[in-house]
Parts: sequence; C-alpha cells; structure tokens
Amino acid sequence: MPTLRLCLAWCALLLAPLAAALELRPQAIAPDTWMLEADTGYFTPQNGGFLVNMAFIATDEGVVVIGSGPSRQFGERYRKLIEDTTGKRVLEVIITHKHPDHFLGNQAFRDVPIRADAKTTAMIKAEGEGLAENLYRLVGDGMRGTEALAPTAPLNLGVRNIGGHRLEFIAVPGHTQSDIAVFDHTTGVLFAIDQVFNQRTPTLPNADLAQWRQSLAQLAAVPFKLLVPGHGPVSRDATPIAATRDYLDWLDATLRDAAERGLAPTEAMLLPIPERFAHWGEARAEWRRSIGFMYGRYERAALPWLTPPR
Amino acid sequence: MQWLRLICLAALCSALPARAAPAGDPFNSPLWPNMHKLMLGGGKVVFDPKVKVTIPERVEDGHFVPVTVDARELGEVRELVLFADYNPIPRALRYQPLAAQPRLSVAMRVNQATPIRAAALDGKGVWHVSGQWLDAPGGGCALPSQTRSTTDWNSLLGRVSGRAWREDGALRVRLGVMHPMDTGLVSNVARFNIEQLDIRDADNRLLARLETDASLAENPLFTLHLRPTPTPLLRASSQDNDGNHYTATLPLAP
Repeated sequence: MPTLRLCLAWCALLLAPLAAALELRPQAIAPDTWMLEADTGYFTPQNGGFLVNMAFIATDEGVVVIGSGPSRQFGERYRKLIEDTTGKRVLEVIITHKHPDHFLGNQAFRDVPIRADAKTTAMIKAEGEGLAENLYRLVGDGMRGTEALAPTAPLNLGVRNIGGHRLEFIAVPGHTQSDIAVFDHTTGVLFAIDQVFNQRTPTLPNADLAQWRQSLAQLAAVPFKLLVPGHGPVSRDATPIAATRDYLDWLDATLRDAAERGLAPTEAMLLPIPERFAHWGEARAEWRRSIGFMYGRYERAALPWLTPPR
Repeated sequence: MQWLRLICLAALCSALPARAAPAGDPFNSPLWPNMHKLMLGGGKVVFDPKVKVTIPERVEDGHFVPVTVDARELGEVRELVLFADYNPIPRALRYQPLAAQPRLSVAMRVNQATPIRAAALDGKGVWHVSGQWLDAPGGGCALPSQTRSTTDWNSLLGRVSGRAWREDGALRVRLGVMHPMDTGLVSNVARFNIEQLDIRDADNRLLARLETDASLAENPLFTLHLRPTPTPLLRASSQDNDGNHYTATLPLAP
C-alpha cells in the first residue's frame, strides 16, 4: 500500500503545476469590481487558453461580465466563481471584440444577454468557427464542447446606468476592426482590454496601426483611476498605454525600414528586439507572428511596379 | 520463361533497397522515400546542416509560409529544390543559380504540419538535404486565393514589381509577380500557376532560372542574390501553364 500512496503523491505533485496554472483567483480591484489576471504566454494545454484578463462589476441589478473566456469549460467555472464571489446573479456579458479567447465561454452565459456591437457580432458569426478550431488545435482537451456562440444582444455606445454604476461604452478600434472599451464613471476603472497590453507583447492579427494609435490617444484622455489591460497587471497611470503606443511605433518603423532594405520576411523575423520590449511576454513569438500578418503590406509599398496595370 | 522473368524482376526489386532512400531522416517522415525518388530522382543524398532552412516555427495560416534557403557553405551548387513532404504538391520550386549565390527567399503554402526541406545539388552530383519542422493548421493548399476574393485580377494578373540593392559581394534582387498560383485543389478552380521565371542580363545571358509550382504562395515574391554583374539592367520573364508570358525590365543603379 505505501507504494500506491507514494504513487498518488507523485501524481498529485505532477498535476500541481497544471492545477495552479488553471486556478482562477479573483482580485478585488475597486468597489464592486474584480479581475482575474491571466497568463501572459501563448495558448497551451496547460493554461487552457486562459490568456486574457477577465473582469466583472457587481451592480445592484446584477453582475456585468466583461469577456467570457476561451472555452465552454472555462466559462462555466468562471460563472460559478462570479456568483460565489459576488453573491449575485449575472446580468449580462459584454464582448469587447472578436478574438476567440474573449468570447468562446459564451455558452455558459446563454441565458443572459451577451452584448457586442453589430460589427463584432457579424465577424464572430462569419469567423467564429475558424477561430474556435484554431484554439482546439493549440489548447486541446480543455476546449471540449466549445462552440462559437455569437453574441445575442446589441451593445450601444455611450453611457448606461446599470444598478448604481455609470458605465460608458467607447469605440476604440485598431486592435481589431471593432473594439469596445468600458469606463465605469462610478469607480474610475477603465477596462481597456486588448487595446492596451501591459508587459505582454501586443498581438496584431487584425491590427490597423493608425486606428489603434488614435484609440490609444482617446484612452489616455479618459480620467481613469485604474486601468485594466487585456493582458498583464492593472495600472494606476497611463504608462501601459504609452508603452503599447511605443511598441506599435517601433514595429511600424522597423517593418518599413526592413522593407526598404529589401529584407525577406524570414530575415525580418530575426531582427533584434529592443531591450524595453524584449522582456515582455512572447516578445519574439509575437514579433514573428506580426511579420506574417503585417509585413506583406510594407513589402508591397517598397517595391515599385515595373509594368503598368493591364 | 515467364517465371524466370518474374524471378529476375523480384531479384531486381530486392536489390533496389540498397539504392533506396538513405536512412537517418531527422524527421522520420514516412514520405521521405517518395520525396527522395520524386524530388531528387533517387540520387545520392547526405543530410547536411550546411544547407540552412529558415522558417517560422509555426504559422496559423497555411497560405503563407516564408522560407529562406541558404546553401552558400557548400561552395558550388548546381541547383536547389524546395519541398514539403506532406503537401499535396510537395515541390515549391527548383532553382538554378547560374550566376547567383545558392540562396533565396520565397513564401509557400502548406496543407498541414510538415517538414519543409531544401536540397542542394553540389558539383559532384550529391544532394545535400536539410529542413525544419513547421507546425501549421490544415488547408493552405485547398483554400481559395485571397487576392481573388478581394480584388480585380483583370488589372493585376501578371503585373511585375521589383527592386535591386547592392550589398557586399552581391546584388540583392526582389521580384514579385501578381498571380493567384491556383493549386487546382479548390473546387471549380483549375490549376493556374507560374511555371518558370528567368532572369537575364542586358545581353540576354541567363543569370538565374526558377521552375515554380502551385504550392508557392500567391503573388510570389522572390528574393535572389546575383553575383556582381556589369549589366545596366535585368530582364525578368516568366510564363504560366496557360501560356501567358509576363516580362519586365529592372534598371540597376550604377
């Protein structure tokens, strides 16, 4: 029998890191407001795809949930955690943009309004299945039973008073074709979500840099007391907004210069990353991904046509 | 005498494995013996890290896999072949760097995770093979051309762009041809791809020749490295399997 016990102990030890990585621990960040801070790595079976900060506001009418997470399983655990933490029922879910780690938990909230703006809802309807498939490939078993459930209710811009909280929904596109930030005037918390990355390299599969910069300027002008980024720790000042802007500027200038020098994409992937970004989560991997998403446009601009249009 | 023939045939077949695909494939790919036969004509092969293949370790879109092959460490190289074992169209290109360095960059498609390999034929007729494993989702070769769905091919097809840079000991040339490079694996879209691209000097001397396949990414963009040449311009000419010819002249700054 001791052998068996030893065996079990070993198994527990081996499983410990897995459980720890998936432990969902809400932090109270402001009155009525909680956040779950996620892993700043990449999608893996170990993190179950939980890479994005989750937040919820317990209003007098019920809980407003910002983002539903990367999978059905996650969404179900998350909803229970919300209800246990706040002692209140969920009022509605806000989907800020179309990326899969933000909406694939929707199935767990199908009995309440799941709100997103019309553009995001349309893109999730069109691309959701493909986005879910990609996560299945990367995360594996943790995705079991997950389907792309599109948002079920409209999300209007502007201010809405919900159970004693004055929430403003602000259009800040650029990270994708349509992104919404939420500002709680009552607590001073700005949920910038994926417009702002803190100590984690921004992801750019659908980025429009000009729009994104404009949106960052808009966010910096919001009189917030606390900023919740999509990835990385919360901040009391605009440092992460400036840092995200700095990264986008560097990326833009570096890709333009590489194309002007005639570098092939594989050569651009190997370019050095400045010290101030190199220690951010997934710095090299996201740089490589961004080359795939963005570099073609810069190459196109740097190569003159040798023949006229037909 | 039929049985004697059969025995001879059997003997011949059993003798074949001695000349079959060399062992030691670093990827243990079950398709390596086929690749050896189809891509390299069953020729003499060594696995050789002197041939450098650079790719991203994973892509999330099989439409576009940038690849750089560099076989300069081998010295004389007669040709380079780029291929992916698990692709429905394994070969992406064959390159004869006549007056060029044995290296190039290009982007290809993959239909699933696969080894991406390059083989360089040295002056003694031996293939030096190397490669990298690429993690990828399914479907790069079997999805429709993206340019086709977003723009008007009528004005773009065959349009050539290019530029040259002088750099130490070589002339870096980037040449792009707008072309869907249809694989024929998308329903109701026949195979339609550029099959050859030649680069010549002002006197029409052939400097480099590429044979290309539909597994290259659409709108292929080639980065080549020519040896220094006094020619004031380069002529690029290519043709596709529909018999279209696309030609362009690239002036070289002195």
